[in-house]
Amino acid sequence: MKILVITEQRQGKWNNSSFETLAAAQQIAAAASATVSAAVIGKGVAVLAGDLATKNVAEVLPVEHDLLDAYTPDGYCIALKQVIESARPDLVLFPHTYQVRDFAPKLAAMLGKGMVGDCVGFRSEGGKLVFVRQMFQGKTAADVTFTGAAPWFASFQSGAFRADQLAAHPNGKAPVNSVAVNLNASDIRTKPLELFKEAKSAVDLTQAPLIVSIGRGIKAPENIAQAEALAKAMGAELAASRPICDEGWLPMERQIGSSGQTVAPKLYLALGISGAIQHVVGMKGARTIVAVNKDQNAPIFEIADYGIVADIFEIMPALTEELQKARG
Amino acid sequence: MNILVCIKQVPAKDAPLAIAGNWIKESDIGFEMNEPDSYALEEALRLKEKHGGEVIALSLGPERVKQTIKEALAKGADRGIHIADDNFAQLDPLGTAKVIAAAIAKEKVDLVLTGLQSDDHGFGQTGVLLAALLNLPHATLIMQIDVQDAKMKLKRELEAGWFQWIECPLPAVLTIQSGINKVRYATLKGIMAAKKKEIAALTREALGVSLEPTQRIEKIYVPTKTKKTEFLTGTPKEAAAKLVEKLKFEARVL
Repeated sequence: MKILVITEQRQGKWNNSSFETLAAAQQIAAAASATVSAAVIGKGVAVLAGDLATKNVAEVLPVEHDLLDAYTPDGYCIALKQVIESARPDLVLFPHTYQVRDFAPKLAAMLGKGMVGDCVGFRSEGGKLVFVRQMFQGKTAADVTFTGAAPWFASFQSGAFRADQLAAHPNGKAPVNSVAVNLNASDIRTKPLELFKEAKSAVDLTQAPLIVSIGRGIKAPENIAQAEALAKAMGAELAASRPICDEGWLPMERQIGSSGQTVAPKLYLALGISGAIQHVVGMKGARTIVAVNKDQNAPIFEIADYGIVADIFEIMPALTEELQKARG
Repeated sequence: MNILVCIKQVPAKDAPLAIAGNWIKESDIGFEMNEPDSYALEEALRLKEKHGGEVIALSLGPERVKQTIKEALAKGADRGIHIADDNFAQLDPLGTAKVIAAAIAKEKVDLVLTGLQSDDHGFGQTGVLLAALLNLPHATLIMQIDVQDAKMKLKRELEAGWFQWIECPLPAVLTIQSGINKVRYATLKGIMAAKKKEIAALTREALGVSLEPTQRIEKIYVPTKTKKTEFLTGTPKEAAAKLVEKLKFEARVL
């Protein structure tokens, strides 16, 4: 079996989840006696291809074209379809980034194939690969298999595999073989313009050692004061899951998750947060995770070190008082 | 500007889920409009208010999804399309998109909108696949739409607080990021008006789409825990006191 990993870079900088997916590919290769190749797409990617050649891969495939300098779904799909047709992999793997969500399903469909997206793991069962992904906002897991002929397409969630488990190339240098692709400017229908960040805020949650975070369980904006009081008693920063910021109850810069900030504090206290994937990817690196939720089946408890199954409106004042007492 | 919005009906957020094979037991639980799709519907209604045209609400699923189409009509959509399919949960992303694309191909629309993903399957592929199947340009995770003549200027959300402006010609398919707007409630007048609005009935078979799944959900199950959670019990005061104790002396984070 042949595995091809499509890595991701922007303006010459790696998206680190590329290496997590390469690590996943190496583990699948070990379980299914396969080889791993890695492709990197863009313009002027020789240095990046050199990075990939230091990893334990059979081959590095730089895919370069002037029209691939800036990402467009049309450009990437047309180019990668040619790469897949010439490299003929059985399994094509991607990191599950926003960019991959934007083009990979279409790329698979152009080849008449389907994609299993946002996987968190895999198993090899009697020569058949089973991919594990989440459903119902993380409340259930699902085992998914491919039906029909290869190539198969799958993407792995950020953090599902560890980049530091990526094996280095035994000789230090894997062969680098450029793939030429045909692309015309008229094939590309959307026009990418400038990249930007919204006005930068004063809060940098990534530097906060302690974070108190609220979710839908807070119910109404007037209840946020209780969480603020708790955060103050703890000396913590206040953060939130996306729905709270979508409602405008807290500013967007306090959002933790795939579309907000990714944090790894000493302590993360999740109040009334169910633990949907998009939130969990932003905080699962916390050293200690505490979850308070009235639903004992909430997925947040799967990653919590300490849990309290209770109404947050009873716990918040009690905890504030205990913290004040402990501080003296 | 004619806009078609794809809307899924999903289990209510607080519904207790009972697993049955590779889906859930549907009896005894409530259903609601998939929240990400409600943002897409709101965006469609706002574009119509600004540029004219009609808004069509399309949903695929069993009889129950008609309720969600009616909700969209009550909020201001002009007509509905229900693709009846009791076995929709067994469709793979590509199969779902093929059925919906066949229905859209019968309409004359300038813009197709979807939410970014569904809260049940969570595939997050329908919009992109519709673009591929209908041979339309697309963009995903959109936070702002400015229509200028036959094209749009779009604000697309990237990761880690980054955004990008992109230009996209019409017609096109867009997936809408949650939080792009404030979703409206249906008014009593809207609910009354919705009763007179048409919901066209279609089926996968009538659309001529055969089932050729590319993947199969073998089973679903409660995820295995990756961490051993220590649950703290007692009255709120007791649980809070235990937690402070643990955080100070066991985890040593306070």
